[in-house]
Amino acid sequence: MSKKFLSGNEAFAEGIRLAKPDVISAYPITPQTIVVERLSEMVEDGSLKSEFIHVESEHSALSCVIGASASGARAFTATSSQGLLYMAECLYYASGGRFPIVMMNADRSTALPWNIYGDQRDSLSQLDSGWIQVYAENAQEALDLALMSWRIAEDRRVSTPVMVNLDGFVLTHTYETVEIPAQAQADQFLPPYVTDNRIDFDNPKNLAFSAGPDTNYIFKYKAHQGMLAAKEAVTETEDTFAKIFGRRYSGLLDNYRTEDADYILVTLGSIAGLSRETADKLRQQGIRAGVVRIRYMRPFPNDEIAAALRNAKAFGVLEKDISFGNEGAVYTNVNSALQKAGIQIKGYNFIGGLGGRNISAGDIEQIFADIQSGTGNVNFIGIGGDGNGESNG
Amino acid sequence: MKEILWLGRGGQGAFTAAKLFGAAYITGNDAHYALAFPSFGPERRGAPVRAFTKLDEKPVLDRSQTEQADFIVVLDDTLYTPALQSLRKAGGRILVNSKAPIPDTFTFDGEAVAAEYHLPTVNTVMLGIVSALSDYITEEQAVSAIENYMPQKIQARNIGALKLAREAVRK
Repeated sequence: MSKKFLSGNEAFAEGIRLAKPDVISAYPITPQTIVVERLSEMVEDGSLKSEFIHVESEHSALSCVIGASASGARAFTATSSQGLLYMAECLYYASGGRFPIVMMNADRSTALPWNIYGDQRDSLSQLDSGWIQVYAENAQEALDLALMSWRIAEDRRVSTPVMVNLDGFVLTHTYETVEIPAQAQADQFLPPYVTDNRIDFDNPKNLAFSAGPDTNYIFKYKAHQGMLAAKEAVTETEDTFAKIFGRRYSGLLDNYRTEDADYILVTLGSIAGLSRETADKLRQQGIRAGVVRIRYMRPFPNDEIAAALRNAKAFGVLEKDISFGNEGAVYTNVNSALQKAGIQIKGYNFIGGLGGRNISAGDIEQIFADIQSGTGNVNFIGIGGDGNGESNG
Repeated sequence: MKEILWLGRGGQGAFTAAKLFGAAYITGNDAHYALAFPSFGPERRGAPVRAFTKLDEKPVLDRSQTEQADFIVVLDDTLYTPALQSLRKAGGRILVNSKAPIPDTFTFDGEAVAAEYHLPTVNTVMLGIVSALSDYITEEQAVSAIENYMPQKIQARNIGALKLAREAVRK
């Protein structure tokens, strides 16, 4: 184990080096570029023995690792924003083919207006693509997810690709202290990938085939079941990870002071830290505030969300996303979890950080104030309500 | 929490200075935590750049841009405006790389020191100035950060400039 001062991108690259992928395909895009640059340097200096393939587009980047995975290789790629959208067609091939690829996505705004800064509209637009989606809060979690994701993806019950999301700049370009595990520990945690779901000349079989109306829905049902099985795989993976590395993660959700909270802010990614600090400050003023950080958007933690919010008076969802004409995707998902559990409490959606706009401590204090006093359904930080009706609940 | 705001132009190494300061702060001290980040990533040469260093004795959770700084370090005096005074904490200081004095700031001719070491930038000079005027990091920690996080061929010159800047401030 060694300690270093690294950015989120650099930490993620260190995690990928420890995971020893056989194949890496790369097409650079800000703010993802540094992760593939570091990996190419590692391949160059011999500390990572991967086939590093430069491709001409993101569509090719994902196609390339699908091909590699179909030959039984552990395969990695990374992208961001328009790059993720450009590879969208291939996302479905990867998940439908049940190829356990790991991909890092640097969460970034989508055009137009064109912008390179961070928000979550890229990855949240792909919730239905069949990929497991996890959101890191800090560089250490990013590195640890670069290791854990393979165990989850490659679990035979799961066999589903994983997209690890890092907030653009706020996480990808922020330097902080990171513990880098020893290779021997990583090898103990993550054995080489072995699969039957591959091209094998001794045992020829059909891969990535077409299926007509009589069977197609069965494959979709099985993909859904595979994704649901990831819940158990996440728990088991984190248990094993804690035993070997001594750091414990909290599953699909990360709850902070929610047990007795009256007002809970639900959010995801790197803004969770400031949200927790704000909750602490409000607690000192006698306001029982709590924070739920969603780690996994797919599979979605329906039961866990309901359990965390059950006794609250009101909640807010803060996300860097808006589905025009409706609300943020995270808010939609959280409301669905509560509806299924028969929980009726007031909830409000706060849209912030779009195009990389700073979310300040003052902004989060105002969000908690709005949750307490009540506000409209959908609120844009710094602008106000969208004028489209009162809250649910 | 201690916060340092660095202002420079793309290519002047403001973010490198922010990063080195954070790395120095955590060097050899497991109870220290730091964050360092730029205001934006793609640094176009010549465009104004802001960078931030946050230092604390517990993990730094607040990743938002600094609104009140303990030190504001201006690498290029054309970027100084009196409006910067409002970003200063009570008791905070503004350091400007400038040959001419500027009211309510500490000015230092960083280029004179950089020139002695044939450095095109003053970022490690100003790093030395902040380290000398604060008790946040020691000289040994600053040197160690340069050794661990700068390309080897420019380490010696930057360490020399850092030390000379520290000496100059002490006098």
